[in-house]
Amino acid sequence: MDVTQLTYLFVGLSFALYIGIAIWSRAKSTNDFYVAGKGVHPVANGMATAADWMSAASFISMAGLIAFLGKDGSVYLMGWTGGYVVLALLLAPYLRKFGQYTVPDFIGERYYSKTARLVAVVCLIFVSFTYVAGQMRGVGIVFSRFLEVDINLGVIIGMVIVFFYAVLGGMKGITYTQVAQYCVLIFAYLVPAIFISILITGNPVPQLGFGDTLVGTDIYLLDKLDQVTKDLGFNAYTENIKSNIDIFCITAALMFGTAGLPHVIVRFFTVPKVRDARKSAGYALIFIAILYTTAPAVAAFSRANFIDSIQDTSYESSPEWFKNWESVGLIAWQDKNADGIIQYSAGNALKEGRPKYSSERGEYGERKLLNEPNSANTNEVYIDRDIMVLANPEIAKLPAWVIALVAAGGLAAALSTAAGLLLVISSSISHDLLKKTFKPNITEKQELFFARCAAAVAIFIAGLFGIYPPAFVAQVVAFAFGLAASTFFPVLFMGIFSKRLNKEGAIAGMISGLLFTLTYIIYFKFLYTNLNNADYWFLSISPEGIGFVGMIINFVVAIVVSTYTKPPPKDVIEMIEIIRQP
Amino acid sequence: MQSKKDSYWKENIRILIFLLSIWFLVSFGFGILLSDWLDQFQIGGFKLGFWFAQQGSIYVFIILIFIYIHLMNKLDKKYFGEKNSEDKN
Repeated sequence: MDVTQLTYLFVGLSFALYIGIAIWSRAKSTNDFYVAGKGVHPVANGMATAADWMSAASFISMAGLIAFLGKDGSVYLMGWTGGYVVLALLLAPYLRKFGQYTVPDFIGERYYSKTARLVAVVCLIFVSFTYVAGQMRGVGIVFSRFLEVDINLGVIIGMVIVFFYAVLGGMKGITYTQVAQYCVLIFAYLVPAIFISILITGNPVPQLGFGDTLVGTDIYLLDKLDQVTKDLGFNAYTENIKSNIDIFCITAALMFGTAGLPHVIVRFFTVPKVRDARKSAGYALIFIAILYTTAPAVAAFSRANFIDSIQDTSYESSPEWFKNWESVGLIAWQDKNADGIIQYSAGNALKEGRPKYSSERGEYGERKLLNEPNSANTNEVYIDRDIMVLANPEIAKLPAWVIALVAAGGLAAALSTAAGLLLVISSSISHDLLKKTFKPNITEKQELFFARCAAAVAIFIAGLFGIYPPAFVAQVVAFAFGLAASTFFPVLFMGIFSKRLNKEGAIAGMISGLLFTLTYIIYFKFLYTNLNNADYWFLSISPEGIGFVGMIINFVVAIVVSTYTKPPPKDVIEMIEIIRQP
Repeated sequence: MQSKKDSYWKENIRILIFLLSIWFLVSFGFGILLSDWLDQFQIGGFKLGFWFAQQGSIYVFIILIFIYIHLMNKLDKKYFGEKNSEDKN
């Protein structure tokens, strides 16, 4: 069997598994639909949280990003794992004790205000939709490259699968499919990583392998990589180029954003007891760390491998994967010095960002480009960082079944996250908007029906994002964290740890955090992109890290406004007392 | 009753401050602010600062959560006895 057939087989089998689980775990009540009946075992919940958390971005993009950023890429590793410490210690147990269905639920009750609940719903929808759009795109990329179907058809297939188990099973269906998806995705991530680690360093543990020596020499991989990257004009692999303050802020924004993401928080509403919420955060982090400690190893291997296999080879004898990804449009080669040989070095090969291909072929069979060559440097290769994980098995010449496995894993990562996000969107609409605000008289059955309708509509909109991606999707996904940090984290944290913070403070805090962060991002990323560099940034903090500043503003505004307005009523104080005990 | 609740909460806060200081030290400290300085030490093929930024901090995070679980279970037992809050939802 060839790669495509194997991929169909693996992807088909995994989809059949997800659908089977969905039928087995249908939701019968709103309690089932919103929080899986609160009967999920902490280990299972840990796996589901991990799958929910690790998106197409973690699985497909992260290692590629780190491969090209080197040490600067550490922000993602520390940010997206360190957030779980914050979540486990400061939020999860208390929110579980509170025992409602959604994040706006907590904000609405704690700040005794429908306005606060509505502001939270708006923030939630904004954060979750930007995030989900990226997932659907990931589904599309995997389908188009490995199953050779049209990207749009790929997105539609993904929508149908998610529709099936999210609408039918609600949180219960999603939880148990996510457990299966975790197993698929982690297996798919580790197998090629172990293979490549053995291939390059002879060490079967990737986490140790990338600190080991290259096979047959006594040179450390990282030293070699530092040398090679410096020779080609990049910064040395193990050194930072970003400023310390920027790295600090980006890491903090990712950490507190992680702790404030509604679709992650609700996972802790599904376990039976407070102590289970703590335990399941621990398991979640173990399951996540298995991938997150492997990713930097994969990054180092693939950077070394990539340079090694294309540098100074002629296009005609370049490896198969190079041409495959060129035909998908994620690699391009512009023969600047017309010698037919691929030269790769620092700098953008092309003048305008993405390659624009003409229909013609060049002298050596390469796809000709309409872009003007960038004469400022000698780099001839354009490469989309997103392909590193997907192309890695091909680059390392691993067997076809490994490549097929990676495709199934990428889909599992994207689908599990999309389903989790769609659920929090639909439950905040049916529960917070309808039941708790506008139509308090509906029965549980009607609420369940509305929840299913909302899930269906949300899936449809997410699919549209995947088929007609707004140009800014990839950027916006990273900003979802900044927004979550600057809106949700302060009011959730203070809601538990302060008895003084009142509704005026919370609403003012959330709105000022959201406005500040959003304005800063829009200003530099969409309006004045030419000013987007350290000289113009506030305290030289990039838009990626500004969520941390937004968070501090949220805290300050909330505290100041609360000090000058009435303290919360007595029953809210009692509620805080109750939340604080296990 | 009030004082029991209060001292439970105080001990809880103390545990949080202790664990979050370590959390801050390994990530923002060793992984970022002190990272360049730590890079002068090697473990195997890793420069130490680089290792904390890409591996070490994550391992410490896991250990921290499990220490937290352990300390909190002990604290719950001390103040509320064996029975753990039954869920009434």
